[in-house]
Amino acid sequence: MHRRLQAIVVDNSDTIIKNWLEQVSEKRKSDYTSAISDELFQSTNREFVNVIFTSVDKSGLTDELDNFSERLVNLGWPLSYLTDGLQTFRRVTIDFILSQSEKIDSDHFSTVLDMVDRWIDPIINRLVNEYSGSWEHTVSMQRVALQELSAPLIPVMNNITIMPLIGTIDTERAKLIMENLLEGVIKHNSEVVLIDITGVPVVDTMVAHHIIQASEAVRLIGSTCILVGIRPEIAQTIVNLGIDLSKFPTKSSLRKGFETALELTDRKIENCGETEQNIEKLLGSLKKE
Amino acid sequence: MDFKPCVNIQNEWDIVGARQLGREQAKEVGFGTVDQARIATAISELARNIYLYAGTGKICFEIINNLERKGLIIVAVDQGPGIRDISQVMQDGYTTSGGLGAGLPGVRRLMDEFDIVSDIGVGTEIRTSKWIRKGLGGA
Repeated sequence: MHRRLQAIVVDNSDTIIKNWLEQVSEKRKSDYTSAISDELFQSTNREFVNVIFTSVDKSGLTDELDNFSERLVNLGWPLSYLTDGLQTFRRVTIDFILSQSEKIDSDHFSTVLDMVDRWIDPIINRLVNEYSGSWEHTVSMQRVALQELSAPLIPVMNNITIMPLIGTIDTERAKLIMENLLEGVIKHNSEVVLIDITGVPVVDTMVAHHIIQASEAVRLIGSTCILVGIRPEIAQTIVNLGIDLSKFPTKSSLRKGFETALELTDRKIENCGETEQNIEKLLGSLKKE
Repeated sequence: MDFKPCVNIQNEWDIVGARQLGREQAKEVGFGTVDQARIATAISELARNIYLYAGTGKICFEIINNLERKGLIIVAVDQGPGIRDISQVMQDGYTTSGGLGAGLPGVRRLMDEFDIVSDIGVGTEIRTSKWIRKGLGGA
């Protein structure tokens, strides 16, 4: 029975394709694909139906289908193009087969539906899987990328390092901050670590808790942690929350924190202006001669 | 009060969504940056409590804007295990999760009004509001 229906489909593939293309092009007027050139749209559609028909010949999933879906994912076509297209194809095919049959009873009707479903559903599943697989891949890649830049430790000078924190701190990042801090302090042999929270939008008790723990851990391995970049409104909320940061040196800006760090490591910035002037004087006197 | 947007808390990143929406709402009402930060922090605490102790729940906002006063009401609702002793959790430094124990008492200090209802096995509802002070322009 199915075989006979399949034969109808294959024999009349031209008509079905024609109907399908008409319907799909009709839809196209108002949707996302309007940005895609006509030529590309037509050729992709032709390839699309070819792929569908190859799968009925071989009664199953094919390499062509894999290649096709991979290509569309790479082109960045929306998934709804495929699902809409296949749903339209399903309807067109069912309409066509029914219009070809002399007897219309519920048995025949369900046989037709069954046959078309068995043909189209695996294709839809395959394509959706391919798409979601690619999304999951993208998301996990971005996650890794985000993690890589989430808690960098920058050695700016002998014994002084800075960790600028930007964005939301969640538990995963908090763990990373702690690990990076401790590893980095040992690796760069830092005496002072400046944690800059200028770029952290909200400091709630959880964030404060993690920062306190990190500073405490840094203290245990013999270094000093200075919290810098505390904006006035953050200072107020910290006080309102009742968080005790009195154990840790804090500064409003990275600049002030850095000055303190220099003091702690017995260094200071010397103004070299005078020497430059001397050199200018020297050059001036040389020119006179 | 005209509409009531809500944010569902299901994972850690929903906390960020909740406080971003809260900050937007606070800006709309006319709060200054310090109060915006207070409100965002309070939402962060409430949402994190939901995430930590109840698993899921939601944070809802109500904007009050009439002749008498302007303000923002935040309602945190969950169907979690409930709180056995409310006076205990309102004490500074009390924690069951190893945190700082400053969350709920902190929220009470950050906001103007604070109301908590909790039933064991049924859930917890926290209603808290912040008003714009007259004559200060919300600063």
